[in-house]
Amino acid sequence: MIRRVIPFVAIAALLLAACAPAGPSAASPTAAPTGAGTATTAPTAAAEQPKPGGELTYIVTAEPPTFDAHQSTTFATLMPVSPQYSLLYKLDPADNVSKIVPDVADGMPTISADKLTWTVKLKSNVKFHDGATLTADDVVATYEKLRNPPQGVTSPRKATLAAVESITAKDATTVEFKLKFPSGSFQAAIASPWNYLYKASRLKEDPTWYAKNVEGTGPFVFVEYVKGSHWAAKKNPNYFVPGKPYLDSLKAFFISDVNRQTTAIQSKQALIEFRGFTPQQRDQLVRALGNEITVQESPWVCTNYIAFNTKKAPFDNVKVRQALNLAIDRWGGGEALSKQTIVKDVGGLMRPKGPFAMPDADLEKIPGYYRDAAKGQDEAKKLLTEAGFSASNPLTFTFLNRNVTTPYEPLALFTIDQWNKTGLIKATHLAKETAAYLADLRNANFDVGLDFNCDYFDEPDLQLAKMYSASGLGKGLNFSHYDDPDLDKMIEAQGHETDAAKRKQLVNDIERYVIGEKAWMVPVVWWYRVIPYNTRVKGYVIGSNHYTSMDMSSIWLAGQ
Amino acid sequence: MGRYLIGRLLLMIPTLLGVAILTFILMRVVPGDVVTLRYSQSGSVPQEVIDRERKQLGLDKPLQDQFVDFMGQVVRLDFGKSLWTDRPVTEEIGSRLGITLELAILAAIISTALAIPLGVIAAVKQDTWVDYAVRVFSIGGLAFPSFWLGILMILALVVWFRWAPPLQFVPLWEDPVANLAQLIWPALAVGYRYSAVATRMTRSSVLEVLREDYVRTARAKGVGETLVVVRHALRNSLLPVITVISLEFAFLFGGLVVTEQVFNVNGLGKLLVDAVAHRDYPLVQAIVLIFSSVFVLVNFVVDIFYGVLDPRIRYS
Repeated sequence: MIRRVIPFVAIAALLLAACAPAGPSAASPTAAPTGAGTATTAPTAAAEQPKPGGELTYIVTAEPPTFDAHQSTTFATLMPVSPQYSLLYKLDPADNVSKIVPDVADGMPTISADKLTWTVKLKSNVKFHDGATLTADDVVATYEKLRNPPQGVTSPRKATLAAVESITAKDATTVEFKLKFPSGSFQAAIASPWNYLYKASRLKEDPTWYAKNVEGTGPFVFVEYVKGSHWAAKKNPNYFVPGKPYLDSLKAFFISDVNRQTTAIQSKQALIEFRGFTPQQRDQLVRALGNEITVQESPWVCTNYIAFNTKKAPFDNVKVRQALNLAIDRWGGGEALSKQTIVKDVGGLMRPKGPFAMPDADLEKIPGYYRDAAKGQDEAKKLLTEAGFSASNPLTFTFLNRNVTTPYEPLALFTIDQWNKTGLIKATHLAKETAAYLADLRNANFDVGLDFNCDYFDEPDLQLAKMYSASGLGKGLNFSHYDDPDLDKMIEAQGHETDAAKRKQLVNDIERYVIGEKAWMVPVVWWYRVIPYNTRVKGYVIGSNHYTSMDMSSIWLAGQ
Repeated sequence: MGRYLIGRLLLMIPTLLGVAILTFILMRVVPGDVVTLRYSQSGSVPQEVIDRERKQLGLDKPLQDQFVDFMGQVVRLDFGKSLWTDRPVTEEIGSRLGITLELAILAAIISTALAIPLGVIAAVKQDTWVDYAVRVFSIGGLAFPSFWLGILMILALVVWFRWAPPLQFVPLWEDPVANLAQLIWPALAVGYRYSAVATRMTRSSVLEVLREDYVRTARAKGVGETLVVVRHALRNSLLPVITVISLEFAFLFGGLVVTEQVFNVNGLGKLLVDAVAHRDYPLVQAIVLIFSSVFVLVNFVVDIFYGVLDPRIRYS
C-alpha cells in the first residue's frame, strides 16, 4: 500500500521541494566518481553458493524484429529470446570469451584425422517445452535451415557454414557434419549464439513458424511478449541441466531512452542491462548507489572502421589513404576517448587482447600505430604533399557518420581533429540517420565514412568477412568498395588453416597488408564494454561481446 | 445545419487522402529501408540476403506500383502488415491507441484544471504580483519542452525518492493506482506545457468580459464579486477558451510522441518514433493517418460546439 501511495506523495513532495531552498538530500550522490577500471568490481560468483528463486528484471534497449534468431542479426532478438533456447555448443558462461563448452551436445565433437568429419553426440534428456525429446533430426533440420534456407526464409549465417558439405543424423543422438575443406572456424560456427535448435517437425510444417512463435529446449519457458513494454519467461522445470536455472522467472523491459535506462537501474526497476553503458552512466550509478552497484568491464569484439570510397578520387590513391591512416594518434585517442565513450583499446583487425590480437610491440610498427604521434603526422604530411595537396590546396572531404552519439560522434570528431591537425586536410563531419547513413555506405555515396562491425567471437572468418573484394564475397559488406584478389586468397588461406599458431601468423600478415600497406579499411579504436549492474545479480561474467551467454541459466540473485 | 455538417464530413476525405499521399512520398524520399536497418547491427550480412528480403517485402517494385498497392489498401481501409514485425498494423496500433488516448485525456484534464483557475485569477488580480506569477508560470510552460521537463521529473523522483514511474502499463480498470502512477507524470509534463496557451487565453478573455457593460451592471446591482466572475464573466468568456483547449488537444495528441519515449510509455507516440526509425512504411502511414484524423475530428467537433455554446452562431 505504501508503495502505491508513493507517486501521489511524490507529486506533493516535488511541489514542496521545488519551493524549498537547494541543499543536499539524504539520497543525493556523494560518492566520488570513479574512473574507468577503478570502479570495476570483480564478480564473486565463484566464491558464493548460487541461491535459487527470484525474478531477474533487465533492460533490452531495442525490440526483437523477429523471434527467429536464424534470421536476425540484432542483440534485441538474443537478449529476450535466448533463455528459451539451447544451442549445440556455447561459450562457457564463466568465461564468455573463448572457451567453448557443450550445451545439448554430450561432450566436444569427435574430429576425423583428415579434419573433414565432425561427429557430435547429443544428450538424451533434452526436451522441448511441449515435452518432445530433442533428436539428431532436429539438429539436422536446424542446421539445414541455416545453411540452405528454404523459399521465403533468409539466413545471414549461410556464409559461416560454407564449409559444410552435408549434415546427417547417424542415429537419434548422433549428428555428423561432413566438411568440404578443413575449417579453422567450424567450432565457432556450431557455437554461434544465433543457431537456436528448432524442432524438425515444426520446420517441415512451416519454416517461418519460429519468427512469431517460441518453443525451445532452453532453461526458461516463454510466458508473454507485450510489444513496446516487456518480455516475460518462467523457469523450465524440465531443463536438462540438473539444478538449473536458478531464477524463477525473467522479465526484460524494452527501454530505448538512455536516461530512462539509467534511472531504471538506479531505481532498481531493472537490475542489469547486458549490452553496455557509457562511462558517464557507470559513474552516475556508482555515485548514486555505491556498493549496491557492481561494474564489469571488458574489451569488445566491436570496432569502427574508416571506410575510404576507393571508387572516388583521391581515395583511390593509396598515398592519400595511408596519409589519413597515419595522421591518427590511436594510443592517445583511446586513452582520452575512454573517459567519455565506449572505446578504449588500440588494435588491428582483431580484438585487442583477444587470441588473434597482434602484440603491441608488432602493432606499433604498422603505419598509423606509431607511439610517436608526431612521426605519424610528419609521414602523413609527406604523403599528402606527394599526392599534390598543400596548405593552400588541402584535401577537402566530408566524413560520413551515423547520428548515434555513442561512440560514433566523439570517435568521428576525434578523427577529424587528428586529420585537420596536419594542416593539409579539411574534413567536415556529416552525421546522418542510420538508414540514410547505411544507404550511402552501401551505394558508395560518400567520401570517407565511419563503418562498424560487431561479432560474437574472436574469429578471423567473422572479423575479416568485410575485407573480401566488394564484387565478390565482400558484396554488401566491404564499404571501401575495393577489389583485391590477393587479399581474398590470403583471407581464404587463413580460414583453411587449422593450426592455431600458423593461423594467427596468417591473420597478422593480413592486418599488416590491409592497414599498413594498402590502407583499404582501417580501425580507429576498439569498443570497450562497461556493465554497471545491481550487486544482487550473481553468476554473470561479462564477455567480449553482447550476444553470448544470454540463456541466463547461470545467473542467480543474492539477498532475496 | 445538416448540409453544413455533411459538407464538412465530406471535406475530411480529401484532407486525409492528402495526408496519406504526402506520408507515402515523404517516407520514400528519405534514404534507406527496413531491410538495411534490420541487418544494421552486424556488418556481416551479404547483399544477396538483403536483396532477397527486399523482394519478399515488395520493396524492389517501382515506386508507382508501390503507390498503386498502397492506395488500394487505403481505399479498403486495410493498412497491411508491419514490415518490421510482419504483424498486422491494426494489431500493432490497437494495443497502443488506448494508452495514448488515456494519456492525452489525462493531460487535457490537467491542462484545463490549471489553465482556467489560473487564467481567471490572473485576470481578476490584473497587474498584481499574482498576475505576474501566473504569467511567468504559463510562459515557463511555453518555454520548457515537455520531454525535457519529463527527464527532470524522472531524475528528481529517482534522486530524491529512489522511485521511478512503473515501466509496465496496467489498464485503469484493473488497477487505477498503478495506472495513474505510470501515466500521471507524462500527463503532468505535457499538461503543463499545453496549459500555458489556455491560461493566457482565459486571462485575456475574462479581462475583456470584465469590462463589458453587463458586468458593470451586475456589480452596480450589488452582486457579489465571486458571482460576477463565475456566473457572468467566466461563462461568457469560455467560448475562445474552449476553442483553444480543443485545438490544443489535437496538438497535444501529436505532442506525446517524444514524451512517451522519455517515460517509456508504450503508446502510439513511441510506436511512431520506432516505426519511422525502422522505415516501417505501413505502420508510419497508419499512425500518421490516426493523428491526422484526430486533428480533423477535433476541429469538426469544435465547429459544432460553437453553435451549441453560442446561439448567435448559425451555419448555413
